[in-house]
Amino acid sequence: MHPAPSIIFFTVLTGLGLGMMTWLGLGLGPDGGAYPWVASALALALTGAGGVCSVGHLGRRENARLAFSQWRSSWLSREACLMLAAMAAFGLYAALWCFAGARFWGLGLIAAGLASGTIYATAMIYAQLRTVPRWRATPTAAMFLAAGLAGGLLGAGAAAGLTGAPAPAGWTALALLAAAGIAVWWQTEAAGARRGAQGSTMETATGLGFMGRVRLLEAPHTGSNYLLREMAYQVARRRAFELRRLGAVLGYLAPLALTLLALALGSWLMVIALIAHVAGMLALRWLFFAEAEHVQALYYGRR
Amino acid sequence: MADGTEPGPDLSPHVSDEVRRTTCYMCACRCGINVHLRDGRVRYIEGNRDHPVNRGVLCAKGSAGIMQQGSPARLRTPLKRTGPRGSGEFAEIGWDEALELAVSWLGPVRQENPRGLAFFTGRDQSQSLTSWWAQQFGTPNYAAHGGFCSVNMAAAGIYTLGGAFWEFGAPDWERTRLFMIFGVAEDHDSNPIKIGIGQLKSRGGRVIAVNPVRTGYSAVADEWVGITPGTDGLLILALVHELLRTGNVDVSYLARWTNAPWLVDRNPGETFGLFVRDAGGRPMVWDRATGQPQPFDAPGLQPELKGDFPNPAGGRATPVFELMARKYIEPELAPEAVASRCGLTAGRIRRLAAELAEAAFSEPVTIDQPWTDFRGEGHEGFTGRPVSFHAMRGISAHSNGFQTCRALHLLQLLLGAVETPGGFRFKPPYPKPVEAHPRPHRGVAVKGPLNGPHLGFPRAPADLAVDAGGAPTRIDKAFSWENPLSVHGLMHMVISNACAGDPYPVDVLFMYMANMAWNSSMNTAGVMEMLTAKDETGAYRIPKIIYSDAYSSEMVAYADLILPDTTYLERHDCISLLDRPICEPDAAADAIRWPVVEPDRDVRGFQSVLIDLGARLRLPGFVNDDGSARYRDYADYMVNHQRRPGVGPLAGFRGDGTAAGRGAPNPDQLRRYIENGGFWVEPVPEEARFMKPFNAAYQDWAVGMGFYDAPQPFVFQLYVEPVRRFQLAAEGHGDVQPPDHLRERIKAAFDPLPVWWQPFEEAMVDAGEFPLHAITQRPAAMYHSWGTQNAWLRQIHGRNPLYVHGSVMAAHGLKEGDWAWVTSHHGRIKVPVARMDALNPQTVWTWNAIGKREGAWALDPMAPETQKGFLLNHLIHELLPPKGDGLRWSNSDPVTGQAAWYDLRVRIEKAAPGAEISEPRLGRQKSPVGQGPKAVAYGEGW
Amino acid sequence: MTALPEATHRKLGLVIDLDICVGCHACAVNCKEWNTGGYGAPLADIDAYGAEPEGTWLNRIHTFEVTPDTGPAQIVHFPKSCLHCEDAPCVTVCPTGASYKRAVDGIVLVNEDACMGCGLCAWACPYGARELDPLAGVMKKCTLCIDRIYNENLPEEDRVPACVRACPAGARHFGDIGDPDSEVSQLVSERGGYDLMPEQGTRPVNKYLPPRPRDRHERAPARLAALADPEAKGFLGWLDAALGALGRPG
Ligand SMILES: Nc1nc2c(c(=O)[nH]1)N[C@H]1C(S)=C(S)[C@@H](COP(=O)(O)OP(=O)(O)OC[C@H]3O[C@@H](n4cnc5c(=O)[nH]c(N)nc54)[C@H](O)[C@@H]3O)O[C@H]1N2
Ligand SMILES: Nc1nc2c(c(=O)[nH]1)N[C@H]1C(S)=C(S)[C@@H](COP(=O)(O)OP(=O)(O)OC[C@H]3O[C@@H](n4cnc5c(=O)[nH]c(N)nc54)[C@H](O)[C@@H]3O)O[C@H]1N2
Ligand code: SF4
Ligand code: SF4
Ligand code: SF4
Ligand code: SF4
Ligand code: SF4
Ligand SMILES: [Mo]
Repeated sequence: MHPAPSIIFFTVLTGLGLGMMTWLGLGLGPDGGAYPWVASALALALTGAGGVCSVGHLGRRENARLAFSQWRSSWLSREACLMLAAMAAFGLYAALWCFAGARFWGLGLIAAGLASGTIYATAMIYAQLRTVPRWRATPTAAMFLAAGLAGGLLGAGAAAGLTGAPAPAGWTALALLAAAGIAVWWQTEAAGARRGAQGSTMETATGLGFMGRVRLLEAPHTGSNYLLREMAYQVARRRAFELRRLGAVLGYLAPLALTLLALALGSWLMVIALIAHVAGMLALRWLFFAEAEHVQALYYGRR
Repeated sequence: MADGTEPGPDLSPHVSDEVRRTTCYMCACRCGINVHLRDGRVRYIEGNRDHPVNRGVLCAKGSAGIMQQGSPARLRTPLKRTGPRGSGEFAEIGWDEALELAVSWLGPVRQENPRGLAFFTGRDQSQSLTSWWAQQFGTPNYAAHGGFCSVNMAAAGIYTLGGAFWEFGAPDWERTRLFMIFGVAEDHDSNPIKIGIGQLKSRGGRVIAVNPVRTGYSAVADEWVGITPGTDGLLILALVHELLRTGNVDVSYLARWTNAPWLVDRNPGETFGLFVRDAGGRPMVWDRATGQPQPFDAPGLQPELKGDFPNPAGGRATPVFELMARKYIEPELAPEAVASRCGLTAGRIRRLAAELAEAAFSEPVTIDQPWTDFRGEGHEGFTGRPVSFHAMRGISAHSNGFQTCRALHLLQLLLGAVETPGGFRFKPPYPKPVEAHPRPHRGVAVKGPLNGPHLGFPRAPADLAVDAGGAPTRIDKAFSWENPLSVHGLMHMVISNACAGDPYPVDVLFMYMANMAWNSSMNTAGVMEMLTAKDETGAYRIPKIIYSDAYSSEMVAYADLILPDTTYLERHDCISLLDRPICEPDAAADAIRWPVVEPDRDVRGFQSVLIDLGARLRLPGFVNDDGSARYRDYADYMVNHQRRPGVGPLAGFRGDGTAAGRGAPNPDQLRRYIENGGFWVEPVPEEARFMKPFNAAYQDWAVGMGFYDAPQPFVFQLYVEPVRRFQLAAEGHGDVQPPDHLRERIKAAFDPLPVWWQPFEEAMVDAGEFPLHAITQRPAAMYHSWGTQNAWLRQIHGRNPLYVHGSVMAAHGLKEGDWAWVTSHHGRIKVPVARMDALNPQTVWTWNAIGKREGAWALDPMAPETQKGFLLNHLIHELLPPKGDGLRWSNSDPVTGQAAWYDLRVRIEKAAPGAEISEPRLGRQKSPVGQGPKAVAYGEGW
Repeated sequence: MTALPEATHRKLGLVIDLDICVGCHACAVNCKEWNTGGYGAPLADIDAYGAEPEGTWLNRIHTFEVTPDTGPAQIVHFPKSCLHCEDAPCVTVCPTGASYKRAVDGIVLVNEDACMGCGLCAWACPYGARELDPLAGVMKKCTLCIDRIYNENLPEEDRVPACVRACPAGARHFGDIGDPDSEVSQLVSERGGYDLMPEQGTRPVNKYLPPRPRDRHERAPARLAALADPEAKGFLGWLDAALGALGRPG
């Protein structure tokens, strides 16, 4: 699938922001000092920034508001609604936290629920698509949630680093470890989830299997078109391998190492860890799209 | 939907303000179209359901007419060349200046040396006007493009059946059960063939396609015969061999309706092989009833088909049938003997013969409709053979095409499947015997018209266009000994001959609707050089070139004066019975085009311009006695011109509006056509619908319609005497003699009975060096070069790969998308390759005319058509490789001069990795119309 | 909203006969011609005369080569447009409600006034039947010519999809596939019409009629035996008999 920067930034940044909201809502972090302000601001900023990006690839922005209408059936609509609700709930929660210094655990729980629910909804937009086995036949939701929550913890820690507050470095390291594990699990599943993974082949696509083996002789057009650009994107093996290595290092290994160091050298290292993590996740998310194969490309002879 | 909040789209939107019905010209099929207009623009074009040709359907090209009408490549105003030829640098001039310039070039030529004008037309559909204009001008140098198109098919058809496949006849789609199609990708009857095949298959009929490539019609065929190019003649004669050997032929049909029983003179000498005739010149048959020779058209005959009979003129005579049978029964034509050459097995050929026999003879089709033949004998009904054939350039575009097409017609006749129900049926005014066609005329009289029509059907060497010394008198050398039956002329030789001044130089080359500087020429790069070649004085060898095109084609850049035409929706046109009509087997029909939209540019319909030029040049017929113009414009000519009294360009609504065929000019005629949907149809009477050449009722109807002035009954010619007359000359008889270097070839080629010979190029080049056949196909969604300017069609065919069989790809280490060099005896091109296995393994092919020159057609010079697209034409030469004696024969059929496009032999090798750009590169032309817009969103605001 | 109707009153759709489709592209071009001036925004073409021309089409013709275990390779031309699926994933994923399936006739449409051009429906469609218009930024798809089939401004006989009316080979049939007695349903049952990618669970309404067997000869023609016989006695031995039979014409 076409790796549109807007969607890549959207999923990574909101994942992170919503992850932070989840933890902060659950009561993580010190109450006094600058921490509440910085942490809350960072969570809302990341989520908001992601939200802005998401509008980037729309053909008709003026109709975006309608995206809140179809929550009954559409995961994308649910995501929009949940995200708005999460930001509202967390906003209120954060305001009371910052100004009144009080944390209403009930409200916090709701915010946390909505935030993690949003991450799940985002994941389901992809996980629901039968047309893309790499997303459907793999633990995509788990992978998104794990990434978001680990990232969120890292974000919370970074906020602590910035405000000189103590950070839950140990927990963060564990979370990163878990998230990395799930990412590896997803990757091993994905490796096998090619275009044909759920039984769609050129033969089923054309129904001509009963005659023999099918290959494309002529496409309907000699140039490109939307279908090819959007749903028949191809990445070179080598490029993918290198990016994946980079993603793993920046996204998980480096942050892991840095958080462990933070235990000794201080939580300011978490800020660097967060930056590395974001860079790594962007690379891995790019691959998440770029390597995903769509069954409609079977009609263009892509087996 | 579920909760009832479903939006309600407008289910009855306004479609159009007005529908104007005219004739499509996105190709030569000439379907009827309904042009929907909205706010003065074309909203939608659909097929006209009432129209005899397309009955409502519309092809891809026709549907893309909107984009043609809006094409940025449309020429806008007359152009005068300012830069060197080929550069595309022009000054825009007005019509007065343009016409005065043309007259200043043409006037003197007509006064001093009429043959100094060569006037040749391409996709011309107004040949009855253009040829008449040339005739009145007085030049012998006129022809349309048939010579490089499919003249083999036309000539073989006329000499054998009195009409050709092409669009002049059609299978009896409703009744045929087995349809065999040879070498057709699209043909002119584009929609009718698709309609027919669809219907035939839907009612369980069987289609067999003989074609090296399995696409289009061959793809839907129930059986595909992937023949090796150039060998159809062998296959057909092997089928004939089998049918004759086993007696699976329609004896009574042959005896009555063909010249099978005609007695052939066997006395050695100048009459050997000619028909035995009575005092009245009527061919004779041997009648077993009377035991006497009788004229073939006598009633109640029981003619002998074999045997040796006394020739009333002395000596012996033998019926055609026996000569034919003896020739084809020879073991050299047995399936075993020809199979491997055709790329087939003997068993396959035998089973094909069996299938034909079975389909033809197991269940005849009968129609209970009494009729009377020309002998005066009555018949209760029509009995037919539900086997039909169609063929086109796959068999005709070879140097053995004339005889191969003849062989196919002979096969049809053996099966009794011509003009009978279920078989192949002619469309009026065909069939017409050779006798009903003119002879070629060449008589030049300075300041006067030519002594008759340029093109015709030679009966004997005396009809050739050669001088006393046997030298050609036409610039294209048509009707010369090199190709005596070049009945459509040889447009593809004009530029090279004119450049070489052989047989003589010309002053003005005047062309219309032919992209001769590109896809319609062989050796394209060479032709471009000839068009720009200069003599020692630095003057162009072809001094003046006038060209009429509607769009910014490659040829435009090579002309000195451009007369910009309108689009097909902006002008009057006439699809005339005098020309290439749109009739159907059951009806005579003709049609018009009329301006359904007004031109938004300073352009004029070419026919009107030609008529204007005719008047300015004071050509007889184009001016009144007082010297004033005879016709206001083409519309006026269409209505008021009379070729023979009562017979004009349009056959419908004549006289008071009720007369069909013959009748006084009717000033109201065009309005009547428009009201009627742009066409006119006159059904053939029931009794006259089959057996047309022999059917008295048809003959009378045809005379009434003005097809000819007296009944012209005739029988089909298995054995063609005119062809024999040329052979006799080559054998040394008669006073018009061929040059010695051509004798042997004429002896061999002019066999009065169909024969096969190895295609010339194949025979001359080393098969090891050039192991592959290379051919092209028409894409259904493109029309030659002119579809490329179409924003929609070019998305479908924006570049063309060379299709190569998987085994050949493997042998040369080629992968899909690789680039390869393809080499012929003449040239070398670099092209992208693609794999195709549904292909004769010895054959490579590509879509025709997709490659374009940079700067043409208002495209970005970097368009895929120019960078990756290519023409096979660069590999094909108009001449064959030099022979031992240094002479170079033309790469064409020795009988008709038909360009042998598909004789091409090549080799292929993988190109070293590098620039993925097709070669050769032929420079860039400046676009006189600029370049098209970035984006198109047609229908904005509706 | 984008819930699918439980059931539609009719199931209008196309039945495409792969046995006679000659791959001429007429349906695709005529579709573009009708629709660019019809329902919703025009079907745009970008770089129309340039180096990388491409545009929005609602119907496209693929050409496949099929190689059987025995016998020569075959070519099948394959037109493809929206199949108006009963379980249309493109509809349920739509966040704005722009995509919907009509309860009356089952036609799947995009309400361009509501579409935000996110492209998710195109991702959800297994068949590549939706294209986002590069200029209008809205999703485009086959409308089953909804602005023709009910259009009172068109003559009765023309109230069929443009592609069906144009198809020269008669390879496209339009009708109610939900009605077992309809012509299209009859065709489907007679010819074994099938679904594309059944495993995707979309339950397409459009059906494809398979190519009839090619290059096969169930039974040898009777006369093959005759032909195989050693040649009849003497030169054209059969002819005398034939000529004898040829009595007086009649
Ligand atoms: N390799 C290869 N070459 C071939 C063939 C092949 O099969 N293979 N086929 C050959 C055959 S059969 C033919 S007929 C030729 C065809 O080749 P051409 O006769 O050259 O046909 P087109 O390419 O259509 O060019 C016709 C010209 O007419 C112009 N034109 C179009 N409409 C109008 C109009 O309304 N008015 C005027 N005045 N001009 C117009 C077009 O712009 C174009 O320049 O190609 C031949 N060349
Ligand atoms: N869409 C469209 N229609 C057109 C045209 C167009 O450009 N586009 N051009 C028009 C013109 S000018 C003409 S002349 C007609 C030509 O109509 P066609 O004759 O149908 O045109 P070609 O593409 O030359 O088709 C030649 C066919 O013969 C096959 N073939 C080649 N060599 C051999 C052989 O040796 N034996 C056999 N059996 N087959 C062989 C090729 O594979 C090809 O399928 O089409 C007309 N109609
Ligand atoms: S076949 Fe197509 S292009 Fe040719 S006349 Fe008919 S509709 Fe027009
Ligand atoms: S118009 Fe008919 S024959 Fe042509 S491609 Fe479409 S379905 Fe096939
Ligand atoms: S074909 Fe694609 S677009 Fe059409 S209904 Fe089915 S899923 Fe939706
Ligand atoms: S592109 Fe339009 S129709 Fe498709 S899902 Fe997005 S909003 Fe809905
Ligand atoms: S039904 Fe209409 S919109 Fe759909 S493919 Fe046919 S012509 Fe196009
Ligand atoms: Mo032609």
